[in-house]
Amino acid sequence: MKQENNKAYKFGMVIDLDKCTGCGSCMVSCMSENNVPFKEDESNKKDSITWMRVYKLTNDKSFPDTQVAYMPRPCQHCSGKGGHGHSPCVSVCPATATDYGYDTGIVSQIYTRCFGCRYCMGACPYHARYFNWWDPKWPEGMENYLSPNVSPRMRGVVEKCSFCYHRFQAARDQAYAEGNKDEIAEENYQTACTTACPAGAIVFGDLNNPEHMVHKIVKPDPHPDPRNKHVIGKSRNPKVFRLLERLGTNTKVYYLSEREWVRKSGDNYLDGEWDKIKNHHGASVSHD
Amino acid sequence: MDSALIPEGAKRCAFPKFAIGIAVVGAVLLWGVFAMFLCWFKGLNQTNMNDYYGFALWIWADLAVIAVGGGAFFTGLLRYIFKIDELKNIINFAVIIGFICYSSALLILAIDIGQPLRGWFIFWHANVHSMLTEVAFCLSAYFAVLTIEFIPNILENRQANKVPFFHHLAHNMHGVMAVFAATGAFLSFFHQGSLGGVAGVMFGRPFAVREGLLIWPWTFFLFTWSAAAFGPCFTLLVTRITEAITGKKLVKDNVVHLLAKISGWMIITYIIAKIIDTIYWAIVTAPSLGFTLSHFYTNNSFYGYWILIVEIIVCGVLPGALLIMKSTRENSNLRLIAIILGVIGVCLNRWVMVLQIMAVPVMSFDTWALYIPSWQEIATSILPVAYGIILISIAYRYLPVFPQEKELNSVEPVTEAE
Repeated sequence: MKQENNKAYKFGMVIDLDKCTGCGSCMVSCMSENNVPFKEDESNKKDSITWMRVYKLTNDKSFPDTQVAYMPRPCQHCSGKGGHGHSPCVSVCPATATDYGYDTGIVSQIYTRCFGCRYCMGACPYHARYFNWWDPKWPEGMENYLSPNVSPRMRGVVEKCSFCYHRFQAARDQAYAEGNKDEIAEENYQTACTTACPAGAIVFGDLNNPEHMVHKIVKPDPHPDPRNKHVIGKSRNPKVFRLLERLGTNTKVYYLSEREWVRKSGDNYLDGEWDKIKNHHGASVSHD
Repeated sequence: MDSALIPEGAKRCAFPKFAIGIAVVGAVLLWGVFAMFLCWFKGLNQTNMNDYYGFALWIWADLAVIAVGGGAFFTGLLRYIFKIDELKNIINFAVIIGFICYSSALLILAIDIGQPLRGWFIFWHANVHSMLTEVAFCLSAYFAVLTIEFIPNILENRQANKVPFFHHLAHNMHGVMAVFAATGAFLSFFHQGSLGGVAGVMFGRPFAVREGLLIWPWTFFLFTWSAAAFGPCFTLLVTRITEAITGKKLVKDNVVHLLAKISGWMIITYIIAKIIDTIYWAIVTAPSLGFTLSHFYTNNSFYGYWILIVEIIVCGVLPGALLIMKSTRENSNLRLIAIILGVIGVCLNRWVMVLQIMAVPVMSFDTWALYIPSWQEIATSILPVAYGIILISIAYRYLPVFPQEKELNSVEPVTEAE
């Protein structure tokens, strides 16, 4: 049976950094859900595969003013300059092994087409892409616990967070079976990290759908940022920011924090620049 | 033993001496081949690359050999299209060096990819938006051109040339070589440029990204220009080394001076463009993304401002100046210094455009990432050098590579009166 889906979703995430305790549940659930291989010795984090990685941020102040925040970092699913789908990684892959889904906003990775040139890794400023330096191996018996919905990757290819795309496929199938092919219910498609977070810090949904919580929190501006025409989808929530937004990567992972120093750490600023632009939130705050 | 193969009238060392030399370099080659097979069979875990350093020593080696191999296309362009006739005395050698460089580059790429058996996907599933796709197509096509350019020289071997078909084929190929030289220049413009574009289009990497013209970032043009400028320096350097090892003068001074002069002016014009590019990037591009110049050159134990100064001033402005001035250009030692600095300069530029890009932190809470290659990476990077030495040795011994060799090394006949 041919399935058609004409609705253009734009799946995205907002992570409340004030709620995140850095427990790592999101990392564990992600690895388990997506059959992410691991090494016997995981002490070298520069060649460990962590689709979801939690960074520790500090405000660089000494006691008693020290503050800490934990920043979970999945693939940011960039839509590229102007939001046209030319993500930093998608545009450089020579073999079209990574692709931008215009119907979902998800940046995919085709493992069997990737030949391991690693250009995408070099192009990604978030270090969200990982190379399989070794053959994937699991302790004896653990293969039985692998998810049948996600193909394990072979040595020599790049992999990354897929926003649990197999869950999207399942939700789409379910919606179609229920005769509602144009609408996937918010609760039917949630990523593993979202459901695993004990603090409820991660909210996932369709940024195009005003009914979804992620849209309500982010309030994405549909207009290009007048200060930087490459930036689109800037949050109109003054507490919400994106990582390296100035580069024009146009990520679909947003972060939320009440703390100014946390929001400032999301990007790079010249001296005095932050104070001038910290209250700038898109083309117009009236576009609710 | 092999005298029947040696070009007529040319003097070569005894075969055992030649064989010992080849064996010594061959041992180094085998070491590289061993490391290569380790990488192929065990995977890239044999390297010290990691997820921060997806591009590392090999890609630098790849870019460097392609840059210095640029002498082949540029000398060919000057010889066949601009009709600078003197360069016919060095074009054979420039082509051989280019052939070695480009075959090495393809080999390095074959080792570097994680799934070597899928290497053809770059052609089959080509993404036309990727600079690397353009590199792959133009690089492969240009290697084919270089092979075609090399063939007539091979067929001029004393024994091969006795076969009428080979003799006529070589003669006729020489006749149409301008077509291949033009094709080679066209292809080189694009693959040298797209190698520069590989870095320049990475808009997630403020150290690399550049504005540009249409779809081409400025690094596209800078890479092509620098390969044309510094490539002849490498041709001259290898010629000089070959002369030193053989103890013979192989190319007349006027040819060397001419190529050095052209290279000098190319370097000077390139380095002016490079300085403008660097200044614009430092005061406009990077600050617009929230970065100051100091971000890229401080707070780490290796990459300081020194690398910028060495690349642009010491190995750019200085060799350019030495080569455009007649007095310094025609001074053998100063010319040698200039061409060595030039070769180092272009290699350093490629280093910066591969490894420093990977090292610089982009996220405000990220840190510098430094990397030391494994012995397997070093061995496989030395492999092309050993391969090049062997191929040049064999070519020099058995092929008439240098048309002026006989004239420059003829022994005056002793008259009876004396």
